[in-house]
This record gives sequence, structure tokens and C-alpha cells, in this order.
Amino acid sequence: MRHLLGIEGLRRSEIEALLDRAEAHLHGSPDASHVLRGKVVANLFFEDSTRTRTSFEMAAHALGAEVLNWTMAGSSVSKGETLLDTARNIEATGPVALIIRHRSSGAPHLVARHVRCAVVNAGDGTHEHPSQALLDAFTLRRRWGRFDGRTVLIIGDILHSRVARSNLHCLTALGAKVVLCGPPTLLPPGLESLGARVTSRLDDVLPEADAVMCLRVQSERQSESFFPSAREFSRLFGLNAARAERLKPEALVMHPGPMNRGVEIAPAVADGPHSVILEQVAHGVAVRRAVLEVVCR
Amino acid sequence: MNPTTVLLRRGRVIDPRHGVDGVRDVLVRDGVVAEVSEAPIQAPPDAQVVDAQGRWVLPGFIDLHVHLREPGEEGKETVLTGSRAAVAGGFTAVVAMPNTKPVNDSVLITEYVKAKAREAGLCRVYLAGAITKGLQGEEMAEMGALVAAGCVCITDDGRPVMNAGLMRRALQYATQFDLPVMVHEEDLTLSGKGVMHEGATSTRLGLIGIPPSAEVAMVARDLVLLEETRGRLHVAHVSCEGSVRLIREAKRRGLRVTAEATPHHFTLEDEAVGDYDTHARMNPPLRSRQDVLAVREALADGTIDAIATDHAPHGVLEKQVEFDKAWNGVVGLETALGLTLAAVREGALSLTRAVALLSDGPARAFGLPGGHLAVGAPADITVVEPDVEWTVDATRFFSRSRNTPFHGRRLTGRVAQTWVGGRLVFENGQTKESRS
Ligand SMILES: [Zn+2]
Repeated sequence: MRHLLGIEGLRRSEIEALLDRAEAHLHGSPDASHVLRGKVVANLFFEDSTRTRTSFEMAAHALGAEVLNWTMAGSSVSKGETLLDTARNIEATGPVALIIRHRSSGAPHLVARHVRCAVVNAGDGTHEHPSQALLDAFTLRRRWGRFDGRTVLIIGDILHSRVARSNLHCLTALGAKVVLCGPPTLLPPGLESLGARVTSRLDDVLPEADAVMCLRVQSERQSESFFPSAREFSRLFGLNAARAERLKPEALVMHPGPMNRGVEIAPAVADGPHSVILEQVAHGVAVRRAVLEVVCR
Repeated sequence: MNPTTVLLRRGRVIDPRHGVDGVRDVLVRDGVVAEVSEAPIQAPPDAQVVDAQGRWVLPGFIDLHVHLREPGEEGKETVLTGSRAAVAGGFTAVVAMPNTKPVNDSVLITEYVKAKAREAGLCRVYLAGAITKGLQGEEMAEMGALVAAGCVCITDDGRPVMNAGLMRRALQYATQFDLPVMVHEEDLTLSGKGVMHEGATSTRLGLIGIPPSAEVAMVARDLVLLEETRGRLHVAHVSCEGSVRLIREAKRRGLRVTAEATPHHFTLEDEAVGDYDTHARMNPPLRSRQDVLAVREALADGTIDAIATDHAPHGVLEKQVEFDKAWNGVVGLETALGLTLAAVREGALSLTRAVALLSDGPARAFGLPGGHLAVGAPADITVVEPDVEWTVDATRFFSRSRNTPFHGRRLTGRVAQTWVGGRLVFENGQTKESRS
């Protein structure tokens, strides 16, 4: 694997190999600190995300790499330099990988076509967030072992969610069924052709779910009239305590963070017995180590 | 030097307006067609004789929709480079859109572009004036003055006229000049921040979609206004099934509506965006398979009158960027014939119909001279080598820009010669400027 631009197009065996490596890293793979010794990994974050950036940074350090952090603030991007200019200039400093977070869908694809080093997509616009999907799958696999016969329900703003897209590709590739649920205005066309079942009736599908992922609701979607109010969203699509009661007893509850407690997820559910949200966070670094190891090899 | 008398011998002449399709000799004298004959014509002593055997002799192509970028963006294209691209593509006449910098909303700009076109001396360059001052959609431009200066239509192309009341009055006002009002149909509240067709591909790529309703709703609105005003409406770059259906029905009811479609819209689907290929970014966007098929059907059955390229040159800086930051548009003059013939070979429309869409149809839509080869018609002629296979190489375009999604595509059928007013302006891959 030369780049990790998305989950789409990855074979099941490739995903499983990444998860296997993550498992090794989670147990502290003894030789890992030499993998990228003396190498440099560059973080290019054109959009703020301390969590993802820090997680990649920790993963790179654990592999023995130096990390260069480039953020939007004060960068030449604000002076009118194009994305490609920026990427090429940073590439000239000799990193083995560029980790890119960008507001525009497809930005890492553009860069990957024009640089020689590896490119890792750390979230592009509303397209994909592959390392998040891998850590979600990793969390589920550690609980379940296998995905066959499992149903994962993803709730919320599917239209604008890169997490939803990456998870859809990842989970279906691994053999799970994926149900996407949200208001019709936030369910874009063609999701079925990507392998999902699509519905706006949360209460109908809730009892089938073996895992439920709540997506973060962006407040600006309300002003764009995708839904009337956060209150109404919460009433129709929020994972509240009453709904959590109707989950299968062993069902898992997930959230990519950061959470709007009380909107898409009730505090009691986020901290309740179904929740594996903290495990997700803990697994991030191991998965990203595996990703860096594979693309830099 | 070009002799004033030319005899094109034994070519297959296809003249849809007069139902001609067969081997003919065509004699050109003093810039007009002097004789078309099934029997061989005795070459006059002063005539240049051109052997057209095995070639097609067609009425010169007319493109109702090109962006020449001059004045203002000469780095992308100029009247000269655009004219070269036109004649290389077999176009003997083009209509230049007014969204230049400054906008062609005044006689001054019209005269300027006309002068540049005369200087280039290749194809005929007709001008489209703006509907509204500065394309701002607020106040009508001086239509009478633009018409007097030679504009053949008015349009705010690139933008819709969102104000329905203003659009209604523009259609009404234009009736006194019998002027076609060309419309870029897009309801901006529906297209929003969209960057490609709304469908499975936009969903997969996480790009904001533009639903077909953005176009269809405006076509519907303007047809309602057309019916009331009894003006002339020309719908630019029709991209989807809903628009086709409305235009077909309006024509059936006798409204004076004409329409055009671009080669990219009848050739490519939204999937051509691939992995964020900005060369496949245009407005209206590439649509679904169903829309492509509907547009092809409309080309064949006469609902659409003209193939227009919407030739829209852009530089690398506008295209080698994130997809949502890229500019809309593709260059089209040099690939139009090959793509049209590909549709013919795929059975979408007949060859005669294809020729009509490139010549007779656009001439009639805007009331332009040419578009046919009857005696007395301007000797605007495109000679085609029908069987030559070639590969699109954007780096070798005459256009100053290279933004095409067709780079590397194999096409069959190439322009051998282009004649404008009896003068050879393109032959064997070379343009013939009058100065040289
Ligand atoms: Zn245009």
C-alpha cells in the first residue's frame, strides 16, 4: 500500500492485515521503535483537529520517527500558496509520509498524484476518514472477533460525514451489514449502491443493531435548514436513555468524538454500559502506528 | 495566397438543409458557393482544384457558445488563439460569450472583439451581448445599442438571471429586435455550493451535489415567461432529461425555443469525475446515464437544435487545485467533431442529423448566414477525413488552454480543411493566417 487515501477499494485482506498489525502494536510490538528510525513524518493539518493530529504524532514517535507539524495558522497557504505548492515544498524537506487533513474532499488525492512520498488521509472534507474507520473496526473486532452476521447502525448527518463513508466501506468489506439512519435531508442519493440500507425511522432499526455509531451533529447544518432545530434532531435521532433501553443487551455504542452531549447522544448513554467510546480513543494510536508502518514500508 | 475560385472535386457533400447527401463537385467563386453539381464541373482556368474524393464536404460548423476570454484573460485564450482552435475544429463561425473582463455589455467591447476577430482573420466571430449590466442581474444592458453594434444574441451566460421579473422584461424587450435570449439555466438556491451532479458519485466522493432540478426548474420558469412574452429563448448547454422533456413539449406547442447541447454532456457521465478529476468539472455538471441518453435522444429528434461546445479555457492554476476550488469548464472546439461522430457511430443519431446540429441548426437558431451549401451561400466549408483515427493530445491544441477530460481519447474523423468565405484557413493541421 503506497498511500492510504480512503477505505474504498481496499480488500478485506488488506484491512485485516492492518488490524492485525494494530493488535500487535496494542500489545507493544517490541521491534516497532526501529521501523521509522531517522525518518520524518509530516503532519499537514489545514483544518484543526488536535485529537487526530496528536494521535498520528504519537504513532509516528512510537515508530521512531521525527514529526514535523504544519498547521494552517501562519503557513504560506494563507498567503495564497496553492495546496500543491505547499505539499511539494514540504516534500522537499524529505519526509517519508505526509499526513493530510483538509476541508476539501479529495485534497489528499490531488497531493498523492504529485508527490513521491506516502500520503495518509487524516480526513478530507466530507469524503473519508480512513484511520477513524480502522480504529472503529478494530474496537468492534476486539469485542466480536468476526463481523459476519453483525449489523452496525450509523445515525445522524450521513451527508456530511467522512466517518460514515469510511465506516460504510470498511464494515461492509469486513462482512458486516450497515444501516444508515438520519433525516432525509442528510441522506444523500446512492447510498444503497455503496452497500448500505438506508432509513429515517430510527426506532424501527434500533433493536436490530449490534453496534450503534452516533455522528457529531454540526450546529451550522441547522442554519442551513437541513433540520429545524437541535431539539427536534435530538427528539428524532438522538440516542437517549429510552432508546438505549431498546438496544440489544450486548449492543455497543460508539462515537467518533467530539460529542454534543444531549444532542446526538445522551450523557447517560455515552457513559453507560453499552459505551465503548473510550476504547475507541485508546485504540487510535495503535491503529495509526499500523497505518504508518504499512505505507512507509 | 488564396485564389478566388476553388473547385472541390468529388467529395461527399452533406447539406442537411437541402437534403443533399452524395458525391458532388462544389465550385466556389468570390467567397460564395457558385455551383453544386452531381456531374463533374469543368475547372475554370483560374481555379484552385481540390481533390475531395473519400472526404466529406460539409457546411462550415457554427458554434453558438464559446468563451474567447479576450478582453481580460488573454493568458487563457485570445480571439486569435480561440479562432485558431475553432478553424482547427472545423468551425467557420463562433459566438463569443460576453463574460469577459470587462463584460461585453457595451458597444465598446463589442467593437473591440470584432476588431480582434478581423485582425485574426480566421473564422467569423459573432458577439453575444450581456442581458444585464456587468452580468449583475440587476439592470438591463443597452440591448438596442448592442444589436446595432452587431450582437446576435444576449445572454448572461455563466450565470442565470435569477430575477424573474427582469427576465420577463428582457424577453419582452428583445422582441422588438427579434433577438434570441440565451439562458444559462440554474436556480442558484438549488445548486447552492454544489460542484458536481447530485448522485451516487457525489455521495461516494463526498462532494456537494447539484440536483437536476436546479436546471429544470429554471427551464420551466423561462418557458412560462416565453409563452407570455412570445419572445425567443435559447437554452444553453442542456444537461438533463427534465429540461429536454419541457423543451420538447414547448416546441410542440409552437413556442420559439431553441436549445443546444455540448459534446461533453452527451458523451460523459458524472462518473467521469473519477478520483476528483477537475477536468470533469463544469457547469452544468456531467449528469447521469439517463440524462445523457435523454440528451442524445433530443439531439436525434430535433428537440435540441445545435451542438455547441461551451469552449471554456482555463489555466493550470484554475484546475490543478482541490476539486471544490477548481473552476468550471472544458475546452471543446478541437474535439467536438470527433466526439459527435463517436455518438453517430454508437447509433445515437444519424450522420445527416449530426451535420445539421453542427451547421444548419445553429445557423437557424440565431438567424446566421451559412449552415448550408446552396448556390449563393457563403463559402464556409468544412472538409472532413472521415476514417482517420487520431488521439486527443491536449498539449498540441491550438487553444491556449488544455483543460479537457478527453486527453488521450481515440477519435475517428478529423478536419482536413476549413474554408471561410472561400478562403482556406486551415489545412493539414496548420492554420492559415492572412498575415503570414
Ligand atoms: Zn458558457
